[in-house]
Amino acid sequence: MRGRLIGLNGDTAVAYAVKQADVDVIAAYPITPQTIIVEKLSEFVNNGELNAAFVPVESEHSALSASVGAALTGARVFTATASQGLALMYEILWIASSLRATVVMALGNRAFSAPINIHCSHDDAYAARDTGWIEFFAENVQEAYDLTLQAFKVSEDKQVLLPSIVNLDGFILTHSLEGLYVLDDKDVREFLPPKEPVYPVDPEHPVTYGPLDLYDYYIEHKRQQAEAMRNSYSTILKVFEEYSEFTGRKYEPIKTYGIEDAEVAIAILGSSAGTARYVARKLRKEGKKVGVISFTLYRPFPASELRKLTRGLKALAVMDRSYSFGSPGAQLFMDIAATLFNEKERPLLFNIIYGLGGRDLKPEHVEYVFDKAFEVAETGETPESEIWIGVRE
Amino acid sequence: MSSLKGKGWKELPIGAVIPIPATSMEYKTGNWRALKPVLDQNKCIKCLLCWVHCPEPAIIRHEDDSVSIDYDYCKGCGICSNVCPVKAITMVMEGE
Amino acid sequence: MLIEVRWHGRGGQGVVTSSELLARAALLEGFHVYHAPEFGPERRGAPVRAYTRISDEIIEQHFGIYEPDVVVVIDPTLQSETEMILTGLKEGGKLILNAVKPLESVVEKVKEKKVKLYVVDAYKIAMDVFGRPFYNTPMLGAFTKVTGLIKLESVLKAMEERFSGEILEKNKFAAKRAYDEVEEYVLP
Repeated sequence: MRGRLIGLNGDTAVAYAVKQADVDVIAAYPITPQTIIVEKLSEFVNNGELNAAFVPVESEHSALSASVGAALTGARVFTATASQGLALMYEILWIASSLRATVVMALGNRAFSAPINIHCSHDDAYAARDTGWIEFFAENVQEAYDLTLQAFKVSEDKQVLLPSIVNLDGFILTHSLEGLYVLDDKDVREFLPPKEPVYPVDPEHPVTYGPLDLYDYYIEHKRQQAEAMRNSYSTILKVFEEYSEFTGRKYEPIKTYGIEDAEVAIAILGSSAGTARYVARKLRKEGKKVGVISFTLYRPFPASELRKLTRGLKALAVMDRSYSFGSPGAQLFMDIAATLFNEKERPLLFNIIYGLGGRDLKPEHVEYVFDKAFEVAETGETPESEIWIGVRE
Repeated sequence: MSSLKGKGWKELPIGAVIPIPATSMEYKTGNWRALKPVLDQNKCIKCLLCWVHCPEPAIIRHEDDSVSIDYDYCKGCGICSNVCPVKAITMVMEGE
Repeated sequence: MLIEVRWHGRGGQGVVTSSELLARAALLEGFHVYHAPEFGPERRGAPVRAYTRISDEIIEQHFGIYEPDVVVVIDPTLQSETEMILTGLKEGGKLILNAVKPLESVVEKVKEKKVKLYVVDAYKIAMDVFGRPFYNTPMLGAFTKVTGLIKLESVLKAMEERFSGEILEKNKFAAKRAYDEVEEYVLP
C-alpha cells in the first residue's frame, strides 16, 4: 500500500487531497457537513501551504459560477457543498457540464429540507444525477481521499472534459476519523500533472463560451455531450487501473462481495455498503448465499458491468437513501430496473428505503433485507411498492 | 460561423464553444428592416449625433466626419432620423 | 478483536477529543479505527457522546455503537444519569467514572448488569494540574490503564500530535496521573 498511514476525518481527507492536487482556484461557501473541507482549504491557502486563489463567495450559486469561469480559463478548480447548497447551484450544474468546465466538487451528502436536517441522505447526490456530472461514491475516508485525486485526473482528461462530484456520506464519513494512506506530494504530482487548458483565455484568440444555441445547433451539442459522458467510462476505467497499480488500492466502478455464487444480493451506495458487507459475511458463515453490490461510480452508470454481475441472482434488493416522490421506485432502483429490463436472465427486484436524514442503518435492518430477498426469491413474488425500513409505524 | 454551418455533432467544437472571433459579423440583420433611413448629404452638418446614438452600430463614420449608413446591419429603428437636428435622415418604406 | 467505546460528557469538556486521541493512539499501534462524534446543535453543557471502534481487522461497519465494551463518563455529574450511561453496556464490560465514589444507584445497576466499575478522581487531578475542570485527557489515561488495550506511550504520542508546549506537558502529566490512580471499585 503506497503512502503514509494517518488518521483523518472524511472532510479533512478531501481537503488534503485537494491541496496535494495543487488546485489553482477554490470557490466555495461553507455548509454543514462539508464545512471542514472549506475551512481546511482556506487555512492551507492562508498559511501558504497551497498557492491558490480562494474565492469566498456569497452563495453556492456564485461558488459554482466562479468555479465554471475559472475552469474555462484553464485553472484546476475545486468546490464543495451539500444539500441546500447543491440545490442552489442547480442551474449552474447544467451549465458547468455543458460548457465542459472541469470542476471537481465534494458533496457531503445531506438530506434536503424541509424539515431541516443536517444528516445523511443521498438527495443531493441524486439531484445531480441528470446534470452531466460524473459522480463517484466513497465508502470510507480512504476512498474519499483517493476518489478526489482520481476525479481531477478523469475530469481533466482530453477525452472527457466533464465535471465530477465525489460523494461522501454526511457525518458518517465527513466528521468521522479513520486511518488512511496518503500519498507523498511528489507521487501525487506524478499521478496528476498540471491541467492543460483546452481553450485558454487568450486575447489574441478570443472564443465565445455559452452562446445562444437554438433548434439549429442545441440538439447536436446535447448529442455530443451524451457521447462525452458515455465515453468517459473508458477513461475512468483507465484512471482506476492506473491508480490501483500506483497505490495498491483497487478501484473499480462496481464493488462486489460474494456475487460469484450469490442467490440474493443488496445493491447500495456510500458508507452503508460496508455495513451490508459486514452482515453478509456473517450470513455467509451461516451458509446463506448472499452478496453485496456497491457503486463507486454512479454516473456514468456502469450498466453493462451490472448486467454481467446480476446474471446468476434470483433476487436483488435495491437500497435507496432517498425517495423519489411519485416515481415507480427510488433513484437507484429505477437505474437498475432500466438497466436489467431487457435481460433474459435477471433477478427479481424490490426497493428498500432507508437511512433518511441520518437514521442509522443497523445490522438487523440489513439482515431483514436479506431475509426479504430470500422470500422474494423463493415465492417469486415482489412487494407491490417500496419497503421503508428503520421507520416508526 | 460559416465554417460551423450545418455541421453534425461529431464535427462541432465541444461545449458549444465558438472558437472563431467576431462571428456576429456574419449575421446580417439588414433584412429585419421595414423602414430604411435615407441620408441627404447636402443637409448633413457632421454633428455625429446619429453615429453616437445608433445601437447597431450601422452609421459609418468617415475621415472627414461625414457619415453613411451600413445597410447590411441597419435594422431600421429610426433613432438616427429622430436625433438628427437638421432632419437630414428620412425614413422611407423598404422597396419604395 | 473488536472493542467499542462510548464516551459521555458535556459540551465543551473535550469528549470528542478523548475519543479522537484514543483512535489516533490505536492507529499508531497498527489497529484499524473509527471515531465518530455524535452531532447535533452544539451546546456547551449539554450531555454529548462520542464513539470509538478499534479492531485488528478492517472496520467496514459504519453503523452506530449500541453495545459498547467500555463506557467512559468524563463528567462527574453525569453518573446521576445512571440509565443513560449504562445503556447497552455489555455484560462483563467496563464502566469508568470520574468520581471519588460512585453513587448508590450506579453501584446497584452495575451489579445487576454484571459489569466492572472503575473510578478515578479526575476532578482533583484536573484542578491540581490545570486549575480548571479539564477531565478528558485524565480519563483517557484511566481508560488506557483499565483496558490495557494500547500502551500509555501511544496515547502520549497521540497527544504530541495534537497539543504543544505547556498545554502538552500538563495533559501528559494529567493522563499519567490518572493512569496511576484509577482503581477498580470493589462492589460491596
